[in-house]
Amino acid sequence: MAGLISRGFLGRRRPAEVEDRLPPGQYLVTDFPVLSAGPTPHTPLDRWSFTMEGLVKSPVTWSWEDFQRLPTQTYTVDISCVTKWTKLDTKWLGVSVDTLLKAVQIDPAGRYVTAYSDGGYTTNVPLDEMVNGQAFVAYQFDDKPLEPVHGGPARLVVPHLYFWKSAKWIRGFRFMDKNLPGFWESLGYHIHGDPWREERYSGD
Amino acid sequence: MATDVIVRPVLEWQAGTVTAIRTETRQTKSFTFALPKWMVHRPGQHYDVRLTAPDGYRTERSYSIASPPERVGELELTVELIPDGEVSPYMHEVLMRGDQLEVRGPIGGYFVWDVSLGGPLLLVGGGSGVVPLMAMLRHRTAQHSTVPARMLYSSRSADDVIYHDELDGLAARDRAFEAFYTFTRQPPAGWTGYRRRIDAAMLAEVIRPFDKRARVYVCGPTLLVESVANALVQMELPTEQIRTERFGPTGA
Repeated sequence: MAGLISRGFLGRRRPAEVEDRLPPGQYLVTDFPVLSAGPTPHTPLDRWSFTMEGLVKSPVTWSWEDFQRLPTQTYTVDISCVTKWTKLDTKWLGVSVDTLLKAVQIDPAGRYVTAYSDGGYTTNVPLDEMVNGQAFVAYQFDDKPLEPVHGGPARLVVPHLYFWKSAKWIRGFRFMDKNLPGFWESLGYHIHGDPWREERYSGD
Repeated sequence: MATDVIVRPVLEWQAGTVTAIRTETRQTKSFTFALPKWMVHRPGQHYDVRLTAPDGYRTERSYSIASPPERVGELELTVELIPDGEVSPYMHEVLMRGDQLEVRGPIGGYFVWDVSLGGPLLLVGGGSGVVPLMAMLRHRTAQHSTVPARMLYSSRSADDVIYHDELDGLAARDRAFEAFYTFTRQPPAGWTGYRRRIDAAMLAEVIRPFDKRARVYVCGPTLLVESVANALVQMELPTEQIRTERFGPTGA
């Protein structure tokens, strides 16, 4: 439905340069809200690893120490959560997915990625949308180690999709030949999740 | 974190008509809507609310459902007033009985409990985090369930306790339910109960009869949810029995 005007509602407007960066239905925040379905995992760094597996010629695993040696980039990106908040100009340090992919040879059929995390969380992203600078594995936020509540020690960041795709407590990628729904995608959330197309829920 | 894939209908916006507004506390009101396309929900789920200005500007928020699914055709949302917010002040100060508001839902499928999941059930809430927990309790009551249930509810003062009379009434009537309050700023005069933030010792006392069988739902500000969930993990409660819903300092 399109027509209903909310009687007496004017809205809180932002300057146009901010308004233009807010996807439909979103509002601006300056803090960093936390949303998680269960307890925050606290994996010690000496037991942390990052693995790429599935439809690859040979799987690869990095220890935390090895992962720190990978070339990093800084990113300044806007992030939008399906719960309606958008935060502008968030600053991260992380490893580009492009860099990670150099370490594996992916079967041409492996066009989808299941990102999986400590605690059992999963989310699915097409490989096409992880490459060419579109996604990274971050371990610093605002020049500080990423806090556990925000997904530390490391989280995936895919800024052009709703933030549930940016899996906290990331431990690896599984390359798949199908777009298998992850945790929230199996619970009614959109399989793709583009905030600019307002792909919040299944069927949007 | 295993979940079942369930085919869901597309969630369409619909115009709910406000049929009742009830003041719960200084900062919270409950809004009842009649929905033309009402759908059964699971206690713990939420609805999205959308406001549209005359020039087409729109904004959306999510609010937990307070009503049980047994209230067919109706939806109750309890909304905390965020003074510098955009949607909650509109709902508190502008919205009147008879007005229409666009909503869609129900949404969310993990922070849910119904009687089929069984118990024992421990509900831990802080502030307006009690709202989805109340939907679970109301559902439990409507189903005449005898699943043992306890609520541990943290508020600043007695005036901030949402659904206070209903919770006390339920605790008095229902031998399988007990409510525990803690007051972090101003306990009522003569109060002999808890008067501090929820901590591991308090949780251990409240959870004792349920032990590691408890299914725990925690909803409230991030700090409360973090400390409660961490304490439960320390007690070796299986993580799949701990479900959380959090809201940061930013409300709506």
